[in-house]
Amino acid sequence: MNPFAKLLAVSRRKSPWIYVLNSGGCNGCDIEIAPCITPRYDAEQIGMLRQGSPKHADILLITGTLTKRSHRAVLDIYSQIPSPKAVVAIGSCPASGNVFAGSPTVDGPVDKYIPVDVWVSGCPPRPQLIIAGIAQAAQLLAEGRTADQQRKAKPC
Amino acid sequence: MLNELWQYVFAVLVWPGILGAGALGFLYLWVARKLMARLQGRKGPPFYQPFFDFVKLLGKDTVEPSGINRRLFYALPFMSLASMALGLVIVPVPGNAVGSFPGDIVLLLYLLEVPVLCDVMAGYVSQSIYGQVSAMREAVMSLGYNLPFLAAVIAMAQKAGSFRLGDLQSAPFGLVTGLAAIAFLLAVPARLKSNPFSIPNAEQEIVAGAHIEYNSAPLAIFELSHALEIVLLFDVFFVLFVPRLGNSMANAVLYIGVSLGLIVLATLTAAMTARFTVKRAFRFYWLWGGLAAGAAMVIAVIG
Repeated sequence: MNPFAKLLAVSRRKSPWIYVLNSGGCNGCDIEIAPCITPRYDAEQIGMLRQGSPKHADILLITGTLTKRSHRAVLDIYSQIPSPKAVVAIGSCPASGNVFAGSPTVDGPVDKYIPVDVWVSGCPPRPQLIIAGIAQAAQLLAEGRTADQQRKAKPC
Repeated sequence: MLNELWQYVFAVLVWPGILGAGALGFLYLWVARKLMARLQGRKGPPFYQPFFDFVKLLGKDTVEPSGINRRLFYALPFMSLASMALGLVIVPVPGNAVGSFPGDIVLLLYLLEVPVLCDVMAGYVSQSIYGQVSAMREAVMSLGYNLPFLAAVIAMAQKAGSFRLGDLQSAPFGLVTGLAAIAFLLAVPARLKSNPFSIPNAEQEIVAGAHIEYNSAPLAIFELSHALEIVLLFDVFFVLFVPRLGNSMANAVLYIGVSLGLIVLATLTAAMTARFTVKRAFRFYWLWGGLAAGAAMVIAVIG
């Protein structure tokens, strides 16, 4: 690994900027994400910043079940994040639909449409777990092991 | 001749140009973030954070908005950066090998306006509604804070009787210096786009301001340009209002100390205040900034 690639890898690990997208949940996970930037948890210590625009983000945080009305928006937001990018699914809803599973308005697990790198389980997960998930996603970005980077690396 | 050329290249690229001022600018940005975090009872980011943010942005792919003027979109961050690098070279800070020349202060004032114009154009060229709102706010704000800012500099030039930065530096101290320094300090938060004048980049209202559609390397260049802008602004303050010490080492320490003092002052102001509306900010500058600058100007002309 040449020094520049090494520096870039370290930078990706140390500077995860996140964008939060609720694809149709109960807002519980969003309430648990907010404390991550408060004095008690202070994720800015690991370089995490919450961005208002997906174009400035590295990591997409998806909360809530994927509903039939929101899957286009999820795809749209995902494609607006510049590569390399990682996706972290927060809570049980994106994975299984949780208590909403089987509802006629629920489309299914999020990875039906976009590749998910880290699953954070819980209903809702604690802020420590969310920060751990973000740190793990940043580590994957640094090692080039996110689904987005793997897809780019593979010859078509 | 060749030697002189190399001297200029060194000045633009290393000190007081991009490399040196970039490092200082990132240091000041970190001080601002860290101090803000400490005031809020948080730990805050480690000191290399702005540098890693910059490198990470450089290493990302670029997403282009559709239907934009591509050439302008990519040229704007580099125009902003180039103007700041040239501006840094003509300010006689400690260790600057390039000499001062007559009329350099006029050139400097023009160069200081280029990043503002680039931001305004970046807002419009991105064709995002948030970017356009931000561009409009930025243009209005620049009309506001430039009254005390320009008047402070011109009052100092009037007092020294010269438009050469080297002469202004050696001018004696007096009432004009104090009043002009106040007017200058009032304009600093608006130039840094920090609270209470963070109107053009109000992230809770208009997402990310004029840079909303910028990402990856162009955004990184804008960030670097902003860091250089901070350094250049502090350089100008140091040259205009701070007395020189005999020893060059002591001078360099004083230069860093004054700059750190200014960023701490700006961060404390930002932590204590909430954002003004455009109208109130404009009135603040034309009333209080105008009074301080006007008084400095009158005393400079009479005295």
